[in-house]
Order: sequence, then structure tokens, then C-alpha cells
Amino acid sequence: MSEALRPDLALIARTVRRGARLLDVGCGDGALMAALRDNAQVDARGLEIDGSNVAAAVGRGLSVVQGDADTDLGYYPDASFDYAILSQTLQTTRRPDLVVEELLRIGRQAFVSFPNFAHWRGRISLLWGGRMPVTRLLPDTWYDTLNIHHVTVDDFRALVKERGWTIDGQWFLKGDRETTHANANLFAEHAVFLLRK
Amino acid sequence: MLYVLPLRLTARGRGPSAAQIMASVPISEDSRFGLRRQARLTTPLNLSSGARLGPVDIAYETYGAMNTDKSNVILICHALTGDQYVASDHPVTGKPGWWWRLVGAGKPVDPARHFIICSNVIGSCMGSSGPASIDPATGDPHAMRFPVLTIADMVRAQAALLDHLGVERLSAVIGGSMGGMQALTWPTLFPDRVESCIVIASTARHSAQNIAFHEVGRQAIMADPHWRGGDYYADGQVPSAGLAVARMAAHITYLSEAGLTEKFGRRLQGRDTKTFGFDADFQVESYLRHQGLSFVDRFDANSYLYITRAMDYYDIADDHGGSLAKAFTASKARFCLVSFDTDWLYPTTESRIIVHALNASGAQASFVELSSPFGHDAFLLECPELNRVVDGFLKGGRA
Repeated sequence: MSEALRPDLALIARTVRRGARLLDVGCGDGALMAALRDNAQVDARGLEIDGSNVAAAVGRGLSVVQGDADTDLGYYPDASFDYAILSQTLQTTRRPDLVVEELLRIGRQAFVSFPNFAHWRGRISLLWGGRMPVTRLLPDTWYDTLNIHHVTVDDFRALVKERGWTIDGQWFLKGDRETTHANANLFAEHAVFLLRK
Repeated sequence: MLYVLPLRLTARGRGPSAAQIMASVPISEDSRFGLRRQARLTTPLNLSSGARLGPVDIAYETYGAMNTDKSNVILICHALTGDQYVASDHPVTGKPGWWWRLVGAGKPVDPARHFIICSNVIGSCMGSSGPASIDPATGDPHAMRFPVLTIADMVRAQAALLDHLGVERLSAVIGGSMGGMQALTWPTLFPDRVESCIVIASTARHSAQNIAFHEVGRQAIMADPHWRGGDYYADGQVPSAGLAVARMAAHITYLSEAGLTEKFGRRLQGRDTKTFGFDADFQVESYLRHQGLSFVDRFDANSYLYITRAMDYYDIADDHGGSLAKAFTASKARFCLVSFDTDWLYPTTESRIIVHALNASGAQASFVELSSPFGHDAFLLECPELNRVVDGFLKGGRA
């Protein structure tokens, strides 16, 4: 089951405790939620902005609410979930810092995954080509991308330090394989952080 | 104008007209179950107003069969001018059941899998107790002496019907528009009797605009000289003109501006030029007049007053100390809310208010806004995504 999941989701799925209660913010069509429900008896809830994704997720029996991470997280009570998950959504929010604050209020721990904009391919593209990178991971052009806050591994670590959050785990991905923590800011295509307040 | 009296229905009614729907389902020997049933509940209902109503007649239909552990029961709640004929032909209009797209063989609510109940709300005029039914104390129609009802009272009557049918718990309660109000009220009144709740194109309270439109309709009825304080049953001179105007005004709220433009635009009706008079020059006028006139054949004007009033009094938060979230804390039900992007009668913002309250109360909730050009009426019309959502939600409860 988890083979079919996107690598960052598979990593999260492996880490989540059985029977946990989680909120998947930006859950898409609910692939992660369905895998966790079916394999780990997780009580999963989702928030997703796109209506057809929500219809697909509800159609597979998941509890998903159509809404916006920037505006709708305030309605969830404090510490109402074991985990809040924000996968590949951070860079699309209007205020990523506030969204993570909300995740850490709602969940006891929060998974945050994002594409690392400081990966060497992107750097070369910008340095030598002088153009905004369009890569396998970031396939959209600058004018039609949903990514409005480009973030790097080091940027995110700096934010974590500044806000005094605690890192309980961090994983870095190159393709679908885990890669070394050393020079992650240069070599990781994807980062997954597990945070707590 | 022909006025159709409330149908006197017996427990052994006419043969099933929805034979196709029921073909795969064994006909129950129990006279409480089947098409065109009516129950007389002798225990009086305690109403929100403090009044008591009894005995209470409830007209209803059931489809499919209850399984041995009675875990497959679904209650369908109808809208303002709807009735119990959710999936069988209407006895007056001959039209197929009003929610045949959702309820029937191969549909998300399927008599092959579910035991389906749909009852006429009290206050209505299709066989349940209402202003047009006879007050046993006087032998005359109740008319405006009928007690004013609330949505909660309609739900209490449904609960009494379930008791009569031997149903303790509902696997699901489903409704659109006013039916959604009943569905949403169910877990607040009977938290232990509802496992899941589907609320479509509805709201947790009637807004000032909602009340305003209803008041226009009521005033149209009461301004009709035939209304006579509601005592019009004896001579058959019913306030059909007022009721037709009420229906016309309400019908506009069920459609979208874009839908009206697409369907009628400014096209003229059966003529090439304007008449410079007050005939129905425009197609949209002709359409509305037809909607108004055909409505009075099947609906009682006093029922229209009572049911719109019940909707106006509807405000779940107000019944729970002003907190909508508090209304659901005792319930363990799963909720599914659906709104439509062109519905301006009960717009998406109203569904979001419910969803936020459910999130705050920790309830298991799903919500989606579907896209449709048809406005509020979309919940009754072709919408494959609605069927997919309802089907997935109902099956999700069994995982």
C-alpha cells in the first residue's frame, strides 16, 4: 500500500503511531489518510482546498473538509490531534509561519514536508541560466506555479530556531530515496520535518 | 381550481407504482412497511411552543427490508413542498419520486441494501397531521387552530414514527434544504439514535433574507380574499392566487441568475414582439406562472404558512445557548455537508458555519462545495459528484 504513496508521504506513514489521531492539511485526494486508515487504524481527518479532490476523498469514505489552510485552521481546538500534517503545502500558503504555528497548536506534533528550493539543480538553473528553475520536482513556470513562498532547508531551520520550536525528526529525500543530512540544503530535493512546540 | 384534499391513506394502500425499484426486494408481510402507509400515533407530541399535538397521523413510505440487527435504516427528510414519495411515483402529479436520482436500485441509497423511510412532515398536507387535517375534537379541519410547529417538532414526529416501526437507530439521516435542517437537528435532539448525517444545500439557521422571502409568500396567501383567516376548507374556494404568488416568489430563490438567463434570457413567449401589455410576454413569466398554478393543485395554503414559519424559527445555535458547537457535543455521528456554488438561498457560507462548529466539537465531518449551474435546486437535479460523495460517505461508515 505505502509503495504507491509519494515518497514524503510514505516516510510520514512509516513514522505515524498506530491508532493515532491526525489532521492532514492539504490532503489532496486522501491517499495518505486512506493508507493510514487501512494499515495503521489511524483516525484521520483532512482539509483540502480543491473541491474535486475533496469529492474524491469523501468518495473513498474519508472525513475531509473543503477549506483553506490560511483561514480555516483556527476552527480546530487546541491539541485535538496527535499529529497535524502539512505535506507539500507550506510553500503555497500566504503565511507559512502562521500555518505552522496553527499546526503546532492543533497537533501535539506536526509533520511539515516541502520541496527544497536550494537543491543544486535549482541553483545551477538560476546561476547559469538566469531563469527560475523548472525541474522534475518543480515543474511549473514562475507565472503558473502555486508555490508562492520558495523555501530552503536552511530557511526552514532558521524559522524553527527563531520561533523556538523543537525538531523531533528530520528526513531528506532525493527522488524516492532517503539522503544524507550532511549538506541537505544542497543535495535534498525534499525535506520532511517532525516538529513540536 | 381543483383542490386536492389530504389523501386518506390506509395501511393497505394501492399497489406499488414503483415496482421497478422494488423488484429485487421481498415485499414485507408487516403492514407497517411498504408504500403509501399511514400511522396514527396516539401519544401526544410535546411541541417546541409548549403545546401538545395528538393523536398524530404520519404518512410515510418504506423501501427495502430491515436487516436482522436493524443496522441498515436510512431516514430521508423532505424539503418544504416535498413529501414521502421520495422514490415512487407521485399520486397527484404522476411524476417519479422527487429524489429518484439518489434513492433507488443502483443508487447510493438502495433498497437492495438499505431499509429506507421517508415520511411526510407534520404540518404538511400529504397525509400527515396538518392544518388541513380533521381535528378529532371538533370534526372540522384544524386550519389556523393547528399549533405552530418547528423543525424540531417535525423531527420529534419522525422519532415517534421510528418507535412505531421498531427502529432504534438510524444508520443515516439524509436531507436537502429543509430536509437538511431536519437531518442536522436529528443528532442534536437524539444523539444516540443517529450514526451519520448528510446535510445538503442547507443551513443551521434561517437568515434574515430567508425569513424575508418567506414573509412575502405568507403575505401573498393571507392577502388572498379566499384565505379568510385560514377557514376556506368548507366551500372549496381556496386561496390559490395567493399560494401561486408565494410559490412564484419562492421558486426564483431556488434557481440561479445564470440558470434563468440560460434557460429563458429575455426571450418572448409565443410571440415575436412585445405586446405593451401585462400578459406573460417573457418566457420567464410564463414559466413562473405555470410553476405557481401547478403548485396549488398539490399543496395546501395553510400548510405553506405553517411550514415556512417552522423554517423561520429554525436556529440550532439559539436552541443551545447560542453555541452551534455545543449542539453536537453529545453526538458521535459522522457528518457530511454538501453545498452548491450557485445556491444563494442557503449558500456555501452557511454550510461552512456548520463545518466550523463540527470541527470545534471534534465531530467527524466532511464538507464539499460542488459546482452546478442550477442554484439551490441542484440538490434535486443531475449531479454525479453528489451521488459519488453520498455513496462514498455511506460506505465509509462500514470500513
